[in-house]
Amino acid sequence: MFRRLPEIAAAGDAIGFTIDGRPASARAGDSVAAALLANGVTACRKTPVSGAARGPYCMMGVCFDCLVTIDGVGNRQGCQVRVADGMAVETQDGKREVEL
Amino acid sequence: MSGFDFDIAVVGAGPAGLAAAARAAAGGASVVLLDEQAEPGGQIYRAVTETPVRDRRILGPDYWHGAELLGPLRDSGAAHWPGSTVWSVARAREDAAGGRRRIQIGLSRDGSASLLTVRHVILATGALERPFPIPGWTLPGVLGAGAAQVLLKTSGLVPSGATVMAGSGPLLWLLAWQYLQAGARIDAILDTTPRENWRAALPLLPGFLRSPYLGKGMKLLLEVRRKATVIGNVTALRAEGDGVLRTVVYTRNGSEHRLPAETLLLHQGVLPNLNLANATGCAQRWDEVQRCWRPTTDDWGATSVEGVSLAGDGAGIGGARAAEEAGRLAALDALHRLGRLDRAGRDRAAEPVRAALDRALAGRAFLDTLYRPAEPFRVPADDTIVCRCEEITAGAVREAVRLGCSGPNQAKSFLRCGMGPCQGRLCGPTVTEVIAAERGVSPAEVGYYRLRPPVKPITLAELAALPKGEADLDAVLKH
Repeated sequence: MFRRLPEIAAAGDAIGFTIDGRPASARAGDSVAAALLANGVTACRKTPVSGAARGPYCMMGVCFDCLVTIDGVGNRQGCQVRVADGMAVETQDGKREVEL
Repeated sequence: MSGFDFDIAVVGAGPAGLAAAARAAAGGASVVLLDEQAEPGGQIYRAVTETPVRDRRILGPDYWHGAELLGPLRDSGAAHWPGSTVWSVARAREDAAGGRRRIQIGLSRDGSASLLTVRHVILATGALERPFPIPGWTLPGVLGAGAAQVLLKTSGLVPSGATVMAGSGPLLWLLAWQYLQAGARIDAILDTTPRENWRAALPLLPGFLRSPYLGKGMKLLLEVRRKATVIGNVTALRAEGDGVLRTVVYTRNGSEHRLPAETLLLHQGVLPNLNLANATGCAQRWDEVQRCWRPTTDDWGATSVEGVSLAGDGAGIGGARAAEEAGRLAALDALHRLGRLDRAGRDRAAEPVRAALDRALAGRAFLDTLYRPAEPFRVPADDTIVCRCEEITAGAVREAVRLGCSGPNQAKSFLRCGMGPCQGRLCGPTVTEVIAAERGVSPAEVGYYRLRPPVKPITLAELAALPKGEADLDAVLKH
């Protein structure tokens, strides 16, 4: 789990977004991956290979473990996208299904 | 010059890229600085313009030095395009009028792809953390120490529950020091630096004694050792949990110990981030001391590909201050190649830069040798996942070698190893060393993944929307 340093926490969160439909808040300037960790979400997806849980690992765009669905678009790198007001972030569960 | 046509493109806005772009533009070239992040600084100076951590004592003076690179960039007139992901660098199919060779850069910006045309490109792609393959390193709650530092710099986030740091190298100690300054919790630091490294490193100590890092580094190290629980001579590590990290298990003096943990921060040095250089076709070589692949460059940063230079840690790890100077050297040489600076002018301007580079690199050999990770942490046991994307274990790689797999490229067809979204960034060095050890040959002989563009994912819609020339249409329609 991660927490904000006290003086930063005191300034409060300005951004409202959702994680799997639940309301959450973040600081302007947070990446989606940082916002997830700040909200206590350490696992953001299950792998397509074995279904094992994964969470952010590198925070710099190289490991691709923080893949999430952002505003309906799957497999976005959570650490490379800034969280925005009203954004819908969804965790991913295994392989992507084809919708017919 | 049109909006997509520049003399020089610099890729990456860390210390090397910031200094290179500023120097090249100051020399009269039209320059664009392309960077994936929203703000300049790279990883070492990440969020230096906007970090919420305003108490300067927490991140320390070396971090704040990054802000000094921004003024010269602004004044130089170089264009800065943040949020631009470069996914390919290639020689254009057709040369410009007059036979001028051009280089085409594919990039994504705000969800749309475009092609830039430049005469020279300086890749300043920096470093990434060396893979730290231990059992359980894929569990949520296990992160790189570099990742944790990004969380601190960009968002003022620190671990809140039981926190263990493990590994070796300057960054691990710097992060521990920053956490202590910030009042963050560290339950234990597990030091994996092999004891025998001291014997190999000692003869190199005189060089380190001249290093500007010496005083600062020693002070920081002593402070962390005084205030945190440091457990040395750790020879094995494992992360355990049920879908999330619960326990860190370590071996010291032959016996196993368990620590409850919510967060485990791993680090064992950094490596050149060479995916773009490799995919551009730049030759690379195995560095026996740093135990990594590094693109081959001359002492101006020029690669084996005409018109493509490298600067900074992407060409071999030297640290932030060295990267800055290497950026300036690459810029001077690019100006010379473009005819904006004669050879004598280039060499004269480079003199003080080379002196500064030498100062910044003093002591590097000592650090490289002292902090070289022990073999079991580079060449892990069979049950350890090496390719995180495709979940391939070291044992599976060894089995493939026994079946005739001779190198990382063959491992792709045997196992899909290295073919996931990270494109080998997190497994490449490990796979090279595992195969080399199993075959009983040197990593240089085993080779590395042959990477191809796009080096970062782009959508089909982005590709399809690219402007197409006649040659492109011919290539598709005439078959």
